[in-house]
Amino acid sequence: MTAADGLKRNARWRWWEFALLVALVLSWFVLPGQALLLNEIAILALFALSLDLILGYSGVVSLGHAAFFGFGSYAAALFAKLVMPDPWVGMLVAIALSALLGAVTSVLILRGTDLTRLMVTLGVASLLYELANKLDWLTGGADGLPGIAMGPLVTPFGGFEFDIGGRTAYAYTLFVLIVCLAVGRRLVHSPFGYSLQALRDNRLRAASIGLAVNIRLVAVYTIAAAIAGAAGALLAQTSGFASLDVFDFHRSAEVLLVLVIGGTGYLYGGIFGAIVFKLLHDVVSAWTPQYWNFWLGVFLVVLVLVGRDRLTKPWTWWKRS
Amino acid sequence: MTTVLETRGLVKRFGGITATSDVSIAIEKGARRALIGPNGAGKTTLINLLTGVLEPSAGTIRLDGEDITTLAPHQRVRRGMVRTFQINQLFGELTPLQSLALSVSAQLGISARWWRGLGSDPRVAPQCDTLLQQFHLDDVMNQQVKHLAYGKRRLLEIATALACRPRVLLLDEPVAGVPEGERQEIFDIVNALPADVSVLLIEHDMDLVFNFANSVTVLVNGAVFAEGDVQTISNDPRVKAVYLGESTEERAHG
Repeated sequence: MTAADGLKRNARWRWWEFALLVALVLSWFVLPGQALLLNEIAILALFALSLDLILGYSGVVSLGHAAFFGFGSYAAALFAKLVMPDPWVGMLVAIALSALLGAVTSVLILRGTDLTRLMVTLGVASLLYELANKLDWLTGGADGLPGIAMGPLVTPFGGFEFDIGGRTAYAYTLFVLIVCLAVGRRLVHSPFGYSLQALRDNRLRAASIGLAVNIRLVAVYTIAAAIAGAAGALLAQTSGFASLDVFDFHRSAEVLLVLVIGGTGYLYGGIFGAIVFKLLHDVVSAWTPQYWNFWLGVFLVVLVLVGRDRLTKPWTWWKRS
Repeated sequence: MTTVLETRGLVKRFGGITATSDVSIAIEKGARRALIGPNGAGKTTLINLLTGVLEPSAGTIRLDGEDITTLAPHQRVRRGMVRTFQINQLFGELTPLQSLALSVSAQLGISARWWRGLGSDPRVAPQCDTLLQQFHLDDVMNQQVKHLAYGKRRLLEIATALACRPRVLLLDEPVAGVPEGERQEIFDIVNALPADVSVLLIEHDMDLVFNFANSVTVLVNGAVFAEGDVQTISNDPRVKAVYLGESTEERAHG
């Protein structure tokens, strides 16, 4: 094999990637009654995808990724309320503003250790939470921004109102998710994407082959913030509601959990993790509502002790490792 | 001969300890210079100063007459000053092929491209092929670096530096831990570098130094102790006393 073949092989589409994309699109057609749940899953998947870019690919830990999710959420809600109700324009504005916030706050994660990054990101999210709480003339404070009227979703097939069953919402979310996935896939297979992995594995060496480490971290943090903002905007637009909850610590923790369940550093972990997490939540809550956290805990312990690889390959369970 | 790399009065203090003391050296274009000295003489500190990992307390570093004392490490690499590490510094999750392709891309100035694939530039793959074959890494080029045997990782360490197309190459004990039989091979590849590439070699093995280098700088206690061609240095009684003598003594004890 030559280097050219090897490099092409790295970027080749795998069969399961196609299967996943087909399954995502098909889910809209075959599960019309579950559109609301599927919409939630897709939003969480997109949020986790954005975290994977900084955590999985660049090795930047964050306990405050909800800062960008929430910022995108409020940006989209306020834009719809104060400027215009078009979802596409609102989405672009939310993405741009979240990216800006990401670029500004990225300077905080350039230095220090993982522990300082955890604290700094946590701090930024708490700060935004309190700002949204205090600026009640703009954000509605603790009441949030309820009942945002969204305009119809303009598409080449005509305009679609957001319906109560969530079919339009899910189609919209799915579209944004797949676009972000496609962009993310391009990104991680590019020289830039590999340079992120290089600086995650060894910053000293990354600099020693001539890579400007800091500017790359700023770039990827900005991109991740933009995508997290898109996920937040989707939530506000499809639910017609934005509240302080979007900045809450449990969101940052949850998205981290989702990514750990799905696996980091291969781009699709967020999607698999979100599916498993939300379905688990749905099943366990229906069965025993008050003990959801207990069963989630059991699941996590088993996942970590047994290992994701072994857990997802039952045929290896009775083989000696 | 033109001077490529030059330091003037380079000093590095760590608190009360002076690790590098008033070092002025000049390396000519195409030189094969060895840097030797007993343990703790400040050889690695000097390399770290040259590459920008450490900031000097005083003194200047010039590359092609241009002052690079305050430049960041990656900027020095782009100007052609490339190093290898005494302890492997590799990208564990990547494969040798990906590591080299990224290094070559960085050298070509296309490592920030984010829309096209890693191997999409036609100049990248041929350079990777050459390096993979030279360093016998072609059979493992698609395995993750963290799973490679030590010997292979050592070869990749050197190959990664060469992928950056150095004009000044700083080799920090390149054959540390490499089996006897494979050492000469590494030096053959380094020797085969274009004649205008300057090499500064840190090495403990005197046979290798005297085989490879055409001039030697001896560092003792952070300062330049002696400098000259291989013949002069190997016959210098003072050098024998502080360094060669010491190591014979060590061998006798060991």
